[in-house]
Amino acid sequence: MSTMLLAQQVLNGLLDGVYYLLIALGLSLIFSLGGIVNLAHGAFYAIGAYLTLVLSPYLGFGGSFVVAPVVVALMGVVIERTLFRRFYRSDPILSLLMTFGLAMVAEQALRMIFGAPPLSYSIPTWLRGQVAIGSFIYSFYRVVLLGIAITCIAALWLLLQKTSFGRVVRAGVQNPDMVGALGISLQPYMSAVAALGIGLAGLAGVLLAPIYSIHPAMGQEIITPAFVVVVIGGLGSFWGVVAAALLVGLVKGVMVGIGYSAASTAAIYLLMLLVLLFRPRGLFGERITRFE
Amino acid sequence: MSNNNQFTRRSLLKTAGGIALVSGISAPAILRAQTADVIKIGHLTPRTGFLGPLGEYAVMAADLAVEEINAAGGVMGRKVELLKEDSVNPQTASTKAERMIERDKVACIIGEISSASCLTIAQVASRTKTLFINTGGNSDALRGKDCQRYMFHVESQNSMYVKTVGRSFLRDGLVKGKKWYSLTADYAFGHDLLRVSKRFMEANGGNFAGDDLVPTDATDFSAYLLKIREAKPDLVVINLAGNQITNFLKQYAEFGLTFPVGGFGFDTALAWAAGKGNFVGTWPVVWHHLLETPGSKAFVAAFTNKYKKPPENQAWGDYVAVKIVAKTINDLKSAESPKIIEHFEKGAKFDVLKTREGYFRASDHQLMHEMYAVTALPADKIKNQWDIFASSPAVPAANEDLEIIAATKEENSCTFPS
Repeated sequence: MSTMLLAQQVLNGLLDGVYYLLIALGLSLIFSLGGIVNLAHGAFYAIGAYLTLVLSPYLGFGGSFVVAPVVVALMGVVIERTLFRRFYRSDPILSLLMTFGLAMVAEQALRMIFGAPPLSYSIPTWLRGQVAIGSFIYSFYRVVLLGIAITCIAALWLLLQKTSFGRVVRAGVQNPDMVGALGISLQPYMSAVAALGIGLAGLAGVLLAPIYSIHPAMGQEIITPAFVVVVIGGLGSFWGVVAAALLVGLVKGVMVGIGYSAASTAAIYLLMLLVLLFRPRGLFGERITRFE
Repeated sequence: MSNNNQFTRRSLLKTAGGIALVSGISAPAILRAQTADVIKIGHLTPRTGFLGPLGEYAVMAADLAVEEINAAGGVMGRKVELLKEDSVNPQTASTKAERMIERDKVACIIGEISSASCLTIAQVASRTKTLFINTGGNSDALRGKDCQRYMFHVESQNSMYVKTVGRSFLRDGLVKGKKWYSLTADYAFGHDLLRVSKRFMEANGGNFAGDDLVPTDATDFSAYLLKIREAKPDLVVINLAGNQITNFLKQYAEFGLTFPVGGFGFDTALAWAAGKGNFVGTWPVVWHHLLETPGSKAFVAAFTNKYKKPPENQAWGDYVAVKIVAKTINDLKSAESPKIIEHFEKGAKFDVLKTREGYFRASDHQLMHEMYAVTALPADKIKNQWDIFASSPAVPAANEDLEIIAATKEENSCTFPS
């Protein structure tokens, strides 16, 4: 295989990783702050995709891109207020069961409303075509997608690092009781974090609807690699999750590139195993007392 | 948000593992009282997972067939009752088949799409001497080394798919001296199909430019598309299944690749999901909703009327299988599996909604019937979301033996276990 093709596979793998990132960042945030392992995160991604399908005839793809993630984020707030909040002080195993049930309910609800067969949705004409970056020809839509994803990730980082909101959230991850002792209630912050994380999953659904098959179980397809990313990246670390997502995408892409496609999925689990053996808290995981 | 969290990574893994185990077992069927005035037929097919979308069509069609049979007086003067279950996976399929046969006393079991689940159901069917009609499992092995006396196949075997669409490829000059790039689903069905399609390609003078196995959970094909673009094949061959075909077609269009595309396994629902402009290539089908025969037209009209959308090819399989069983029970005045099997093996002919009648080949229990190759229409010729392809004439042609597309004894031999 030529170096050129390998370079293409490396770039493409990194881009692939960015899609997981939109899911994994929300997953990591909700887990770090609330101790909730949100197995229903993939369902919100699916809801985002179906909302795009429903809203597009009225708002176009551009309109759905704005409205659908907001609707999904609001659903996230409702779920946080009614379900998540009951589990912050209990064993996380219970919340894991709850979100697992929630994922099944959401999937079946999509099946009852939209039917089991996959539904069709295409890239809008103004986003189709190819772009040449040097001699590397790539889908224009994916370049746009990358731009949007990077913007969102940068905005999230700024929000967590540079604002008072972000300071409280980061403090809450490290020591919620101390935050409470300082007279700050984490309740509204949890709602906001759920809205952000779940909204990002909805956004991923919107962005991937034109290139992936839209069917009720599509959430299951993305939740497992997203979890692998969170585990590899390490809890509480923003850049750990980012690095892990890129690494997972890279490993998968290169495995296909060098002719070991059959092992491309197995390779990311092997990667997870190796990382956990040598760095049990993940690549950049911080020591969080309550999770040890 | 407190200190009393007893959470560790280890307990997370344990629970996740436990959930994975439990999720394989779904809720038990609701018990129904056994009454003498109904004949029960068991219907088992995947309704969740990556084959679920096709299973849904199977269920709709089986319901429609039973409705029509009961409206016409039932079988032997008794109503037919359909017991329907999600077969989930091979283990669950076998457990549910056993329950349907031993507790619910079904006359036979119809359905399935996964070749792996067909195999476990067939084992239960053989042990309990109950008829099982496979309506969706394609692998040649089920008609070869794994064949069973109590299992019959309405669904075509992989060899029939390959030889049907292979004719179109030969006609278009896409085989002899040409380079193929194949993507194959990395499980039993894909491996079986790859073996049969490779045999066809080599026998007709083609060769591989590339040949990748695709993990069944892969959703993104960009890495493969970059390789295909580099390899410049004469034909891209898709041996995938389920949603992966839709994902591939959408992304193939996205990357603007224009090499001819074809596949050896296919379902129209996947083309509908890819949609106008994304659906390209030539593909084999057992049946499609645009057939002009009276039987097919009546079926399409009844299905569309009931469900507000046309049936896809999986619907045909389950509809025809239920009708074949009902007709046979009425003709024989018996619902005993050994008698039905004897009748099938004698070469009884059945209306399968096509130009010619079909029959089960005694040597491997495969239904002999006409098939079709469909080719995607260009976007400007498409009038609605359903009629997005044009069909070849029936394969084999009217003057040919129906068996010429099936695997020969040398290619795939079956010895029924005694």
